[in-house]
Amino acid sequence: MAGLHKSDLPNPVLNWIDSRLPIITMMQKEYGVFPTPRNFNYFWNFGALAMVTLVLMIVTGIFLAMNYQPNTGLAFDSVQHIMRDVNYGWLLRYVHQNGASMFFIVTYIHIFRGMYYGSYKAPRELLWILGVVILLLMMATAFMGYVLPWGQMSYWGATVITNLFSAFPGVGKYIVTLLWGGFSVDQPTLNRFFSLHYLLPFVLIGVVFLHVAALHIVGSNNPLGIEPGGPQDTLPFHPYYTAKDSVGICVFLIVWAAFVFFAPNLLGDPNNFIEANPLQTPADIVPEWYFLPYYAILRSVPNKLLGVCMMFGSLLVLLILPWLDTSRVRSCRFRPTYKWFLFAWVISFAVLGYCGMNKPEGIFVILSRVATLYYYAFFLVITPILGKLERPLPLPVSITQSVTGRPLESH
Amino acid sequence: MRTSRSSLAPAVAAALVFAGLSIVTATAQDAPTPAKQIWSFDGIFGTPDLAAAQRGFQVYSEVCSNCHAMHQLHFRDLSGIGLNGEEIAAVASTFTVPQGLDDQGQPKEGPGTPANQFRSPFPNEKASRAANNGAYPPDLSLIINAREGGPDYVYGVLTGYAQAPDGFTMQDGMNYNRTFPGHQIAMPQPLTDGRVTYTDGTPTTVDQMARDVVTFLHWASNPEETERKAMGIRVILFLVLLTGVTYAVKRRIWSDVH
Repeated sequence: MAGLHKSDLPNPVLNWIDSRLPIITMMQKEYGVFPTPRNFNYFWNFGALAMVTLVLMIVTGIFLAMNYQPNTGLAFDSVQHIMRDVNYGWLLRYVHQNGASMFFIVTYIHIFRGMYYGSYKAPRELLWILGVVILLLMMATAFMGYVLPWGQMSYWGATVITNLFSAFPGVGKYIVTLLWGGFSVDQPTLNRFFSLHYLLPFVLIGVVFLHVAALHIVGSNNPLGIEPGGPQDTLPFHPYYTAKDSVGICVFLIVWAAFVFFAPNLLGDPNNFIEANPLQTPADIVPEWYFLPYYAILRSVPNKLLGVCMMFGSLLVLLILPWLDTSRVRSCRFRPTYKWFLFAWVISFAVLGYCGMNKPEGIFVILSRVATLYYYAFFLVITPILGKLERPLPLPVSITQSVTGRPLESH
Repeated sequence: MRTSRSSLAPAVAAALVFAGLSIVTATAQDAPTPAKQIWSFDGIFGTPDLAAAQRGFQVYSEVCSNCHAMHQLHFRDLSGIGLNGEEIAAVASTFTVPQGLDDQGQPKEGPGTPANQFRSPFPNEKASRAANNGAYPPDLSLIINAREGGPDYVYGVLTGYAQAPDGFTMQDGMNYNRTFPGHQIAMPQPLTDGRVTYTDGTPTTVDQMARDVVTFLHWASNPEETERKAMGIRVILFLVLLTGVTYAVKRRIWSDVH
């Protein structure tokens, strides 16, 4: 079936290109006229925000890499060189450093939106799974990026986290040696983390492309969780959602800029302004805020192997969420009971984060255990059972009717 | 499109998470919390008081620099606290710094130039410990950022020397300090009234010198701060304007849908 694509672009040059490689037609189809439910709220901005963040992280990262030295003797000072001597190096670095936090904020909200409105349910299971893969890649990238400035928390964080793999019986210590490229976190570790930190964002781009491709096959979910019934329920992506996403992007950039310009180190740890010293362990080794809940799960379990498994499991359980949820109703707007259990899950996540930054003593042991228990119970017990027991509210007949309050017009 | 009340619920949940996160930065364990001081560089409009920073540089040069290096700084950086080219060259030339190798291949020293790094008092950490009873005076280039409590903490240490309370056991060669974690610090009290002589007639009390040197050290840790905050205000104003315009465009585009 070889042959030219029939392009209807009036411009002859663009038409010539489009006939041979119909990317313009594709963009028009996927981002121009793409039918999108008309009733998105601003929670549907966060995918676009994550995309913007990824692009800005890659752009700033490329310029940082031009001035950074992945060498244990030079890394710390090369970051200070960027901060002090490179033209606008401080801006690049603070945008990148705070960008990691911004990336996790928008991604966590994006995930929460998916959970609240049931965006993971059939037929969007694979779309959701690709999203979880993106989250895991992001975490790996962020972790390795945090090691690069070679401060005390970089070094000791890397030591603690890579050591987790030693919990696996038999193969554990070989995995750790392989990760380190030696027998402790050292030059080979820093060098390979730099290499991987540069590589993984481009892998991310690939998976994000698949995520978006899958989205464009099954179409977007919406706050009502019912499928659009026809053209009256959708709007072309452009200009409606390009305009709406732009508003969100502007507001998001204000928040990001506020951190960069006025509180660039608020989310950081003072210890990372001290150069890595293998002979001196900091009083507290804490990960960045976006890892704290998982860190708390790890520490809430007395057995190291079980703790490591439960930490990774807390992320992997997301992969099977589409099959754990037995309810056919997607949106929590129509799930009066489940909604509250989901909010409680959000609180358990926040409580775990709070426990993660405190020493595992006294009240924090109990708190983190209760929260871990609830975190798992929510997925493995409450979600499957409640889906069967709950009586959902009646679903609206159509998106248009629900949005306008008018009865359905005949088309 | 109707924004229904049900979209508020997830917003509340999201807010809860971030309320939790905002506490992340506020923990300091096993150490007295230093009292909050008022600084010229506080807030989004605050920038370091340059006169104080210059006096602080004098305190650093005459007192701190005998033991503490600041190897991230170059003399040229002093333009950031308001010195002009001639003043910087004059200041630099009063320090003897390493100047590479001579024709015989031996390390050479000479008067500093603006391009030189600040002089380090010891060639390496081992030499530093040997000269300081085993303790290592940390590099001060980033000290304000590298301590919980930042400027308040450093000020608290500099002004926190006191007699050890009765019953408090001190180790040999250590000094009692109200702010330092564990209250035993190897550094002897560095500042006493009249320790330096200011050229601008500012009284040289311990409190004044501590404030000045903390202002200098804060600048040294964050030399981009003045430029950063000025740019930030313009960036945020621009983005607020852009948000307004974008929102107006969005409203107009959506007006035929509602």
